[in-house]
Amino acid sequence: MAEPLLRVEKLVRRFGGIIATDNVSLEVASGELHAIIGPNGAGKTTLISQLTGHLAPHSGSVSLAGRDITYLPAYRRCALGLARSFQITSLLLDFTAADNVALAAQAHAGTSFRFFANARKETGLRDAAHAALDRVGLAHRADVLVSKLSHGERRQIELAVALASKPKLLLLDEPMAGLGVTESQGMVKLLQELRKEVSIVLVEHDMPAVFALADRISVLVYGRVIASGDPAAIRQNEDVKRAYLGDQHVVTHHG
Amino acid sequence: MKGLSVSKAVTALMLAGLVLLPLYSSLSGNIFILTLFTRIVILALAAASLNLIMGFGGMMSFGHAAYLGIGGYAVGMLAQEGVGSGFIQFPVALAASAIYALVIGALSLRTRGVYFIMITLAFAQMAYYVASGLARYGGDDGLTIYKRSDFSGLIDLSNRTQFYYLCLACLFGVIFLIWRIVNSRFGLVVQGLRSNEQRMQAIGFPAKRYQLVCFVISGTMCGLAGALLANNTDFVSPAVMYWTRSGDLMVMVILGGMGTLFGPVMGAVVYLLLEEFLSHITEYWALIMGPLLLLIVLFGRGGIMGVLGRAGRG
Repeated sequence: MAEPLLRVEKLVRRFGGIIATDNVSLEVASGELHAIIGPNGAGKTTLISQLTGHLAPHSGSVSLAGRDITYLPAYRRCALGLARSFQITSLLLDFTAADNVALAAQAHAGTSFRFFANARKETGLRDAAHAALDRVGLAHRADVLVSKLSHGERRQIELAVALASKPKLLLLDEPMAGLGVTESQGMVKLLQELRKEVSIVLVEHDMPAVFALADRISVLVYGRVIASGDPAAIRQNEDVKRAYLGDQHVVTHHG
Repeated sequence: MKGLSVSKAVTALMLAGLVLLPLYSSLSGNIFILTLFTRIVILALAAASLNLIMGFGGMMSFGHAAYLGIGGYAVGMLAQEGVGSGFIQFPVALAASAIYALVIGALSLRTRGVYFIMITLAFAQMAYYVASGLARYGGDDGLTIYKRSDFSGLIDLSNRTQFYYLCLACLFGVIFLIWRIVNSRFGLVVQGLRSNEQRMQAIGFPAKRYQLVCFVISGTMCGLAGALLANNTDFVSPAVMYWTRSGDLMVMVILGGMGTLFGPVMGAVVYLLLEEFLSHITEYWALIMGPLLLLIVLFGRGGIMGVLGRAGRG
C-alpha cells in the first residue's frame, strides 16, 4: 500500500490528569473522506488541534505525505497542504468575503512582504478568491463584510478559505455546526463535490451526513479510537453501539 | 451621486488649511501660529506612525514617545559632537529608531494585550531614565541644540516657513507611505492579524514577523518626527520620552479615529489646539480637557472620523 496522506501514530495529549487524546493512531489515504465521530468531550477537537498544530502532543507523531509534521507550527503545516475550518466560525469579520479568501490565496502565492502595490488589485489573488467563493456558491456575496453575512454563509466562507490554499488535506471541524436543515443538506452536497478533488478529515455530529459522506469512520470515545472502518462496519460494531450510541437508533434508523 | 462625504470634505479642508497656514501667518504677521502649527504637524506625524501599529495593526504601544526622544537625541548628540549635517543626523535618527524598535518589538511581541501595553511602556520609561543619566548630554536638564540640522543650502531649517513645509512634506510623505502599506499584501496581513490572529496562522501566516516589521516601520517614522521635533525646539530632553507624552500620542490617535488615514492628523490638530486654547483660559486646563476627551471616547465611537462618517451617512 502506498504511503497514506496523513498518518497519526500513538498520539497522546493530556490536560492535567485528563487524557484527552489517548494513543490515537489513524491513517487517511489519498482521496479518502475520513470521518471522526464521538460523543461530546471525546476529544475530537483536541485531536484536530494537534493535527493543525494549534496544540502540541505530549507524545506520538503526525506525518503528512511521509513528512513528520508533529512539531511544525500551524503556518508551516498550512504551507505543506493542510487546511482547516474551525468548529466555531473564525473569520476576519471586518474584512469582505473576498478579502478573507484572497488572503488565504496570498499566503500560498509568493512573499507577503510587499509594501507598495495594492494587493486588492492583484488579479491572480482576486481570481483565486472568486473561484473559491464560486465553488461554495457565494460568488455573489464577495464584496460583503463577513460581519454582515449569515451564520450559514460564514460556514461556507470557512470552506472557501480552506479551499483557496489549494490543500492536499482538508480538516473540517464540524462544518454543519449550527446550520439549519436546508443549509446542512447544501453543505453535504457541497462536500460530496469537494471530496472528488481533495482528501478530507471530517469531524461531525450530524450522523446522517457522516454516514452519507464517509469512506471510513473512526469512533473516538474518551480520547481513544474504539473502532475504525467503513460505515457499514461501524454501524454493525458492537463496541460502538455500546460505548457511544446511546442514540444507536439514529444510526440504524438512517441506515 | 452622493457627492463628497462629510469626513472627506472636512479632511480636505484641514489639509488645505495646513498647506496655506504660512501664507496666513505672513499676511497677518502672526508668527506664533506658525510655530504652534509646526509643532502640531510634527506630533501629527508621530501620531500617524503610532496609528500604523495601533489602529491598523492592533498593537497598543504605550511607549511610542521613546522614538521622539531617540530621534531627537540622535540629532542633539551629533550636533554636540560637531556633526551638523542633516544628511548624517537624519539617517542616524531613523536607523537608531529602527534598531530600538527591532529590539523592543522582538521582546514585546511575545506578549499580548495588557502585557504588551505594559512592556512597551516599561521600555520607554527605561529609555527615559537612560537619557536622564547621560551626563555628557545634559542629563535631566536636557541638551540645547545650538545649530539646526544643516542640509547644505538645500533647505534652511532656521527659516520658519521652510522648516514648516519640510515638516508638512514629511507628514504627507509618511501618510502616503502608510496608505500604500495598508493596502499592500503586507498591510492586509497585518490588519488580518489584528482582526483574527488564529485564523491568519491557520491560513499560513506567521504572526510575529509581520507584526515586528510593522512595528519597526512605525518606530522609524516616529524617529523622523523626533528629529524634526528637536530641530523645532532647538532642544531635546528626557521629558519628550516620558510616558505622559506616549499617552498624548495615543489620545490623538483615538480622538481622531484609529485605523483611519487622516484621523491622527485630525486628532493632533484638535488635541493640541484645545490644549493651547484651554491653557490660556485656566491653569487647570486638564480639568476641562479630561472630561471632554471622556465624552468623545464614550459617545463618539471611532473618534472624530467616526463621528464625521456617521454624519455623512445620516
